[in-house]
Amino acid sequence: MSTTTTPESRARGKAPAGERVADWADGRLGIYSLAKANMRKIFPDHWSFMLGEICLYSFIIIILTGVYLTLFFHPSMNEVEYHGSYVPLQGQLMSEAYKSTLDISFDVRGGLLIRQIHHWAALIFVAGMFVHMMRVFFTGAFRKPREINWLFGFLLLVLGMFTGFTGYSLPDDLLSGTGIRFMEGAILSVPIVGTYISFFLFGGEFPGDDFVARFFSIHVLLLPGIMLGLVVAHLILVFYHKHTQFPGPGKTNKNVVGMPLLPVYMAKAGGFFFLVFGVLAAVAAIATVNPIWSIGPYRPDMVSTGAQPDWYMGFSEGLIRVMPGWEINFWGHTLVLGVFIPLLIFPLVLAAIAVYPFIESWVTGDKREHHILDRPRNAPTRTAFGVAWMTLYFVLLVGGGNDIWATHFHLSINAITWFVRIAFFVAPVVAFIVTKRICLGLQRRDKEKVLHGRESGIIKRLPHGEFIEVHEPLSQEQLYTLTAHEQPKPLELGPEVDENGVRRKVKAGEKLRAKLSKGFYGEESQIPKPTVEEYKEITSGHGHH
Amino acid sequence: MKKLSARRRHPLAALVVLLLALACTGGLYAVFAPADKAQADETAQSLTIEEGKKLYTVGCASCHGTGGQGTSDGPSLVGVGAAAVDFQVSTGRMPAATSQGAQIPRKKNIYSQAEIDQLAAYIASLGAGPAVPTEEQYGPEGADAAKGGELFRNNCAQCHNFTGKGGALTHGKYAPSLEGVAPKHIYEAMLTGPQNMPSFPDTTLSEQNKKDVIAYLNAVNGEETESPGGLSLGGLGPVSEGLFAWVFGLGALIAVAVWVAARTAKAKKS
Repeated sequence: MSTTTTPESRARGKAPAGERVADWADGRLGIYSLAKANMRKIFPDHWSFMLGEICLYSFIIIILTGVYLTLFFHPSMNEVEYHGSYVPLQGQLMSEAYKSTLDISFDVRGGLLIRQIHHWAALIFVAGMFVHMMRVFFTGAFRKPREINWLFGFLLLVLGMFTGFTGYSLPDDLLSGTGIRFMEGAILSVPIVGTYISFFLFGGEFPGDDFVARFFSIHVLLLPGIMLGLVVAHLILVFYHKHTQFPGPGKTNKNVVGMPLLPVYMAKAGGFFFLVFGVLAAVAAIATVNPIWSIGPYRPDMVSTGAQPDWYMGFSEGLIRVMPGWEINFWGHTLVLGVFIPLLIFPLVLAAIAVYPFIESWVTGDKREHHILDRPRNAPTRTAFGVAWMTLYFVLLVGGGNDIWATHFHLSINAITWFVRIAFFVAPVVAFIVTKRICLGLQRRDKEKVLHGRESGIIKRLPHGEFIEVHEPLSQEQLYTLTAHEQPKPLELGPEVDENGVRRKVKAGEKLRAKLSKGFYGEESQIPKPTVEEYKEITSGHGHH
Repeated sequence: MKKLSARRRHPLAALVVLLLALACTGGLYAVFAPADKAQADETAQSLTIEEGKKLYTVGCASCHGTGGQGTSDGPSLVGVGAAAVDFQVSTGRMPAATSQGAQIPRKKNIYSQAEIDQLAAYIASLGAGPAVPTEEQYGPEGADAAKGGELFRNNCAQCHNFTGKGGALTHGKYAPSLEGVAPKHIYEAMLTGPQNMPSFPDTTLSEQNKKDVIAYLNAVNGEETESPGGLSLGGLGPVSEGLFAWVFGLGALIAVAVWVAARTAKAKKS
């Protein structure tokens, strides 16, 4: 939408430079209409809505620092002798990849700081995605219309994990080599095709001399490329769907209450980028991450204790560490169940959380759009499932770090392993039940607050000697916030016989669905919220105190 | 012979005989004198052994038996050598508590070096075993830290971690951290293989190799080791790094997010 300069304006002299630049750009890019539509876009304000921003900015920082690192890193496995600045490795044979990482750490100006920012940012990026995903999960922000964006986010998490893993593998130090050996073992455990996949990946027998160059392409090109595309798609969808908001007075499914993108969020988000960069740089300046110089170069005949992957792969490490070493031998072939079963459970653990939104919408039959977030307590089954999943994840992390737990808490590593084996099955169930009870307790508390007001802590003595606590009534806004949520009824299967008295055929899936629906919305899963009548009766003065 | 007997009345004959006699006695003395000295040493040695035996009877015999033959509570000490005694007692592992856990921990040493030497002498007298190394053997001269690093990663790191920070073994046992362990004790440990550790006699890991390993540990886990990247977080690898990233990295970022969110633009009052 370009505007042509009218003769009148020319007569009044030239327009200001800024206006002319904008005009020039608009004539070619059409930014005016784009900006007009989006500049005043409203975003709600809440700290938990900035978790995604933390991820976005750390991703950008990872790309920026990563570009610097590629300038000095040699993705090659040629064997060289080290004669750099680090004395305890003088004269050692190592791959060029490892040597160039040592050079980045000791001989390139700012190299070590950039390397540490890159690695810390990666650890924090994945942690941020994890927390962001949990925020979306517990507030029900994944419901229609955001299911696709939920999947985009989930894919970003998985890709982030694998990008991190390939990056961790690049320096070809003893720790990363052990990690790759671990991965190779997992691949080899796949029946029939495992050996072929391994030979294909490593260009022959492990370790070969190809994988650093191959992982380098995957790490700097393939995976980040896909991730960048997904990030853009993720953000476009956030714009398109508009942001969700917490319940409150004036907030409906049809509006967004907040501040405009320009100028408020431009300033806040722009400033926040630099704050994130600052925090990451400070962390990288304070603490060492992956000190490859003390780890030493990789040689397949060496290994160290305490060899773990970075934290986001820790749960897969846990799966393998606690799995009994079962294997089946037949006709001269070995099926290594002790590794293959964990390899199968690994994607299942991740998928469990990814498919949950679809299961929930199937069970509840809820196909409406939702832009108002749930308070986690008001969706007890979902909250309990999320906590159970996180418990499982944490239990597996304990399994992955069982040796560090053993040495630092003076425990037996065997006892920890057995604890994890049992807790893998028991802890999520316990967590589910406990969380659900807590949610229901909180719902009761909300009901109590609505009907009787807030406990003020003031003790009053009545004329006849009774002591009572004064309850302050809540404000209209607070009352609204506590009672705004819906409480759907569980799915009914309908009468078992039709009007002619013939037994109706009910599919097994429908029966299951009705049962699950009862689990979500049945009497045991929600406390009926206070009704207007109840409230009026109590506050009219005829009721209790 | 004729020649010699013809000169037997030579004026210098007596002198020659005297010289010969002196040479013989001197020679004999030279042969026997060290033996005499050894005899004297043995007396001192036996005194030391005697003292060591007394200390042994008080502090060790209840578990290791009155003659070091071992009991159900402690192994035989015949042939373990002075190096083992010096290591176990100097690092406070021996004497051990009667009911220790899975493994006897390092603790405060309660013996003086002289007493330890006496104990060591007594145990060494029970049967031949490795002797206490000298400073020349474990000192830094002529050691190659880089070579030692390679040896360490090949032989030690699988239990003691990349830089000797320690690690877990089965059923509550562990490979202890090597931080702050004297070079002499590291040498003795390699030589004698205490508790769960395999021993690395000179046939397996030569004297020079042991020296290199000690130099490497001193370089990466010694008092003067620098940590170029900042806090080393225990040198334990990704577990402690992950914990740090979550607690301090993400924790700080969320704190900043809360701060930014709390400072919002105020709507204009109209």
